[in-house]
Amino acid sequence: MAPSRIEHRVHKRVLSDQQRRRDIALQRQADGRRNLQQHARQLAAGLSSGEREDADGEEEVIVEAEGGESHELEGVGGESSSSKEDLKDVGLRQGTRLKGSKAREWFSKQLMLPEWMIDIPPRLKTDWYVMSRPAGVRCVVVSSNGTTVSRQRNGRVLHFFPSALPNGARTRDVSSASSVFCILDCIFHEPDKTYYVLDVMCWRGYSLYDCTTEFRLFWMNSKLAETEACQPPSQYNRYRFSVLPVYECDLGGLQAAYSAPVPYTRDGVLFVNRHAHYVLGSTPLSLVWKDAACSPYPVDTDSKGNVCQYQQVVLALGDDGSVATSDDPPVVLGTMPRQFLEQNANHLKSGTCLRFNIGEQGLRIVDGRPVVADIHFQGVAGRIKTADTCNKILYQYAARRDPLTISHLIAAVESYDDHGDFSMMASNVGGS
Amino acid sequence: MALEVTQILLNAQSPDGAVRKLAEENLKQFQEQNLAAFLISLSHELANNDKPPESRKLAGLILKNSLDAKEAPRKAELVQRWIALEPAVKSQIKSALLTTLSSLAADARHTSAQVIAKVAAIELPLNEWQELVGTLLGNMGGPNVEQPTHLKQATLETLGYVCEEVSADVLAQEQVNSILTAVVQGMNATETSNDLRLAATRALYNALDFAQTNFENNMERDYIMRVVCEATLSPDSRIRQAAFECLVSISSTYYDKLSVHYMQDIFTITSKAVKEDEESVALQAIEFWSSICDEEIEIQDEYSGDFSGDSEVPYFRFIKQALPALVPMLLETLTKQEEDQDQEEGAWNLAMAGGTCLGLVARTVGDDIVPLVMPYVQENVSKPEWRYREAATYAFGSILEGPSLEQLTPLVNVALNFMLNAMKDENTHVKDTTAWTLGRIFEFLHGPNVDNPVITQANLPLILGVLLESIKDVPNVAEKVCGAIYFLAQGYEEAGGTSSPLSPFFQGIVQALLATTVREDAADSRLRASAYETLNEVVRCSTEDTAPIVMQLVPVIMQKLNATLEMQILSSDDREKQSELQALLCGVLQVIIQKLGASESTKYGIVQYADQMMSLFLRVFACRSATVHEEAMLAIGALAYATGAEFGKYMQEFYRYLEMGLQNFEEYQVCAVTVGVVGDICRALDDKVLPFCDSIMTQLLKDLSSNQLHRSVKPPIFSCFGDIALAIGEHFEKYLIYSMPMLQGAAELSAMQTVRDDEMIDYNNQLRSGIFEAYSGIFQGFKNSKAELMVPYAGHILHFIENVYQDKDRDDVVTKAAIGVMGDLADTMGTNAAVLFQRSVFYKDFLDECTSSDDQQLKETAEWAQVTINRIIAA
Repeated sequence: MAPSRIEHRVHKRVLSDQQRRRDIALQRQADGRRNLQQHARQLAAGLSSGEREDADGEEEVIVEAEGGESHELEGVGGESSSSKEDLKDVGLRQGTRLKGSKAREWFSKQLMLPEWMIDIPPRLKTDWYVMSRPAGVRCVVVSSNGTTVSRQRNGRVLHFFPSALPNGARTRDVSSASSVFCILDCIFHEPDKTYYVLDVMCWRGYSLYDCTTEFRLFWMNSKLAETEACQPPSQYNRYRFSVLPVYECDLGGLQAAYSAPVPYTRDGVLFVNRHAHYVLGSTPLSLVWKDAACSPYPVDTDSKGNVCQYQQVVLALGDDGSVATSDDPPVVLGTMPRQFLEQNANHLKSGTCLRFNIGEQGLRIVDGRPVVADIHFQGVAGRIKTADTCNKILYQYAARRDPLTISHLIAAVESYDDHGDFSMMASNVGGS
Repeated sequence: MALEVTQILLNAQSPDGAVRKLAEENLKQFQEQNLAAFLISLSHELANNDKPPESRKLAGLILKNSLDAKEAPRKAELVQRWIALEPAVKSQIKSALLTTLSSLAADARHTSAQVIAKVAAIELPLNEWQELVGTLLGNMGGPNVEQPTHLKQATLETLGYVCEEVSADVLAQEQVNSILTAVVQGMNATETSNDLRLAATRALYNALDFAQTNFENNMERDYIMRVVCEATLSPDSRIRQAAFECLVSISSTYYDKLSVHYMQDIFTITSKAVKEDEESVALQAIEFWSSICDEEIEIQDEYSGDFSGDSEVPYFRFIKQALPALVPMLLETLTKQEEDQDQEEGAWNLAMAGGTCLGLVARTVGDDIVPLVMPYVQENVSKPEWRYREAATYAFGSILEGPSLEQLTPLVNVALNFMLNAMKDENTHVKDTTAWTLGRIFEFLHGPNVDNPVITQANLPLILGVLLESIKDVPNVAEKVCGAIYFLAQGYEEAGGTSSPLSPFFQGIVQALLATTVREDAADSRLRASAYETLNEVVRCSTEDTAPIVMQLVPVIMQKLNATLEMQILSSDDREKQSELQALLCGVLQVIIQKLGASESTKYGIVQYADQMMSLFLRVFACRSATVHEEAMLAIGALAYATGAEFGKYMQEFYRYLEMGLQNFEEYQVCAVTVGVVGDICRALDDKVLPFCDSIMTQLLKDLSSNQLHRSVKPPIFSCFGDIALAIGEHFEKYLIYSMPMLQGAAELSAMQTVRDDEMIDYNNQLRSGIFEAYSGIFQGFKNSKAELMVPYAGHILHFIENVYQDKDRDDVVTKAAIGVMGDLADTMGTNAAVLFQRSVFYKDFLDECTSSDDQQLKETAEWAQVTINRIIAA
């Protein structure tokens, strides 16, 4: 019975590796479980449309770009190459890791593109935000794996640089799990070497595509403030980031966005619907508007910056010789003479983009859509050109003839009350 | 009712096997036919002074075994059986037992004391046999009644056993007071019977836990302490040893009640014992100081140096105060080595106890010990007599943990070359201790966190030269050298990357270790195991440039494992040796698989051998042994992780061993490891694990419902549900009706848990993490197609999260898992869950807490959950 309390003391401890092996196995299992959970959560937070897990369990999300651009590429490009097919299946996280031409192709579809404001949407004052738009290069900025890359709309790299965005630079104190990455929608303004942030699509690996504008902008403001990204440039943050002020779309907000002093060259005003998700491609829930007072380029210019005498449009050639916009479905604005097509069969294949001038006869517009146009063939558009949308053609058309002016906009937000009451009554009546 | 059982009991101890077997049969029959009569007969046999001592002793033993068993389920059964007996039967037995205490046969008294305690353990908590303590105290006599000494001795012994068996809250304070009074009286120096005084001292040892209130009271405490200290001076060494054991127990149970005033006396008596007394007593005296060190180290860890103000436990710094006298006392013990002490495993003597205590003192006081020990080291380390050289080295090695690197680094820089030279000492003990000391140097003064490493590019070749030469020394020295290499390698672990300072020597180290494993004299000691375990660490710490050598190891180890299958097995001893070796080799393969499998560039080194390895593991399983089972299982888990979906082709054959592992309740470690491997397989095979899921789930559910299975396996089983659900997605639907009630039941039980000791808190946290991991897996698995199945459970789950949120003992792991499930719930159920969140108040606070955490992982998960929840609420 004698208690022997000293049995537990060990003289010159001997190794015991077994528990260590057990612990390491447990650690591996816990890590595996955590990675998988995190992966599932990332997938879940993935893009709004058409997500699915690949059969092999590989981490893949399908990105089916919505809106005109991508369809235009598929429909118009005519080359359904295998690489393009592959890219259809590339997910968010993979996309940020792609290199070379595949990266270019992927990134070319990653931006939400505003439509031109042709007429004023209802509930402008209550449902929309307004912001001033800097002139510059629209780009997707991705920080991941300790570096930051900005890519233009055509997918080309603008800068490779260290930034203070999460995982945006190789610094000692930053955890660099590959799952940590950010995707931002920015405009790079060359004169002050600043990235002006329009929107945020992913923050620290978590997708915000499905969130409302209201939430994304709140997130963008609060999260960016936690980093040093908006500080003056430094070794680890080569370019400054700057959050664009976002205004409620009332009179004060509209005036601020339109004419308040800004540190950059202003190129128009951007309206964003506050309930909209971040969709890829063009959307009527984001609208751009400009006039000569708030933009150096109120109407299209040629490559030398001169305003052309006639409005230029780019249309895509169809199988039947028709020429049409890139809308879905395409809007046919004319037909090329058969003889002409036969003579140039080598150059003019289905899908080729052609340039036209709009002549004195102009467009005939029915229900907000052009049905016939007085178009004059000018030549083949550059290889990377894509066909215009109706929306763009109509805006430029209006800009030359009967533009939507700032006074229209002011009137819309000032007269909101009546307008709002009216629409509410209308919906009540409709519902009862 | 009692029957004559003497002859049967004697026959049951007969040297003649046939007679014995028959007697055992008879006893068994008797017990089965009439338990009451059987037990009464035994108690009468024990009580009857006319019976032979042998039959009485066995009768008592069988009685004892009818009341208690080691295995919990069996024990519960026996307790119920006793409770069910007629009161008259029980009182007859108890009365016989109490009578026996006055028997002149010492063995019978002793056995009876034990049986009484077993009965008390059952009945006292049920408020029965309330007169027991009174009756026993009556045996001790009083002012007018003198009882015989042997009765008092047996009674004290009984009281001691009763205190050992029942928990403190079962006895009323008055009873405790009376027991303590009787016991302390028996310990008194005026007591003339040594046997009685010894019984009293041992009884006090068991009664100490009951003395909380008495130790609060200054007078009572002083009295108990005085009696105990006096007992350490008894002429009987058994009493002295028992008294020191009491002091050791007091030092840990009542540290906060000790004061300098006692400590001075205790120092005097312990130091006298260490110097003069028999070894068994001196060892306990040293243990007293080791135990004080344990307490003070724990206090320092707990409060990490911040003792200002309101720490709950006082920190008296006894060791620091006693230091000037304590250290010389301990140093003196170091030269009392035994010849050949290093060859004997588990040996324990004064020198070892002294050195161990010195090491604890160093950890307690840190830098202060250095000036007290270094002169002794310098004076003795070169003396001609080996005892002094060994003692000096042992002293130096013992103080390497505790003092600051600033203090130790200059000393070690000077000592290192000396130590390397001492590996050529003529005496084996000196070499043994020197190699151990080198290992301690590498463990504590080398590694990525050390600013001024004692190992440099310049001295590394010399160090390795010495180690690789000394590994050929006698087995006990070689074993310590393995330990030194282990820690040397470990110090380079963090270096990672493409190359390590150890790389140029890598091949040589591996070869030396492999050569050690095949030494003729390695098999009978721990040497072979140490060599393999060191090889494991060397592999774990290897870098890209030595990966080719690690790859070459694979066929070498496989060949060795294959050879174990060819071993001739003639005895259980052979079987054990085979198992041991297989366990070690499977361990090495596990480490290599994990290492090479972790990097895409080296994975092929494993994958190319996967078929062969798997077939080896399966053959090892066929040899059946628990330890091998566990190691081979761990290796297979690593292999599944490395091969991924390819692992599917082994499942058909492997499955039955997986099932065997899941059914192994007895060796619960094996079961736990197997559960982990199921997770590995789920992740490797993904939905291709589906065909095996019916059987796996059945087995896991059985495990959960078993009360035989150690509880520590249950949390991993819940996590495993999550792994399965995540792998098979919507197919988990059919298991939902079985698994959800289990999860809910466990969640409710854990919410009701009121026991607040550390162990229970830990367990509860583990259990909850497991439950949350299950929920996460299920939610994520159902996300795309079966989200509606979770509707009936969502409310409960959110409630459970709230419950856990409010638990102040929740740890980081649970927090992370809970916030993850909250997000998963929102994400999977979408707008269906919006109303739950809208009605809930706590979730915002919980999110706030987690999003402002410093833990990046937690913060990210919480941010994700927040975005997800906001989205569904906004929608």
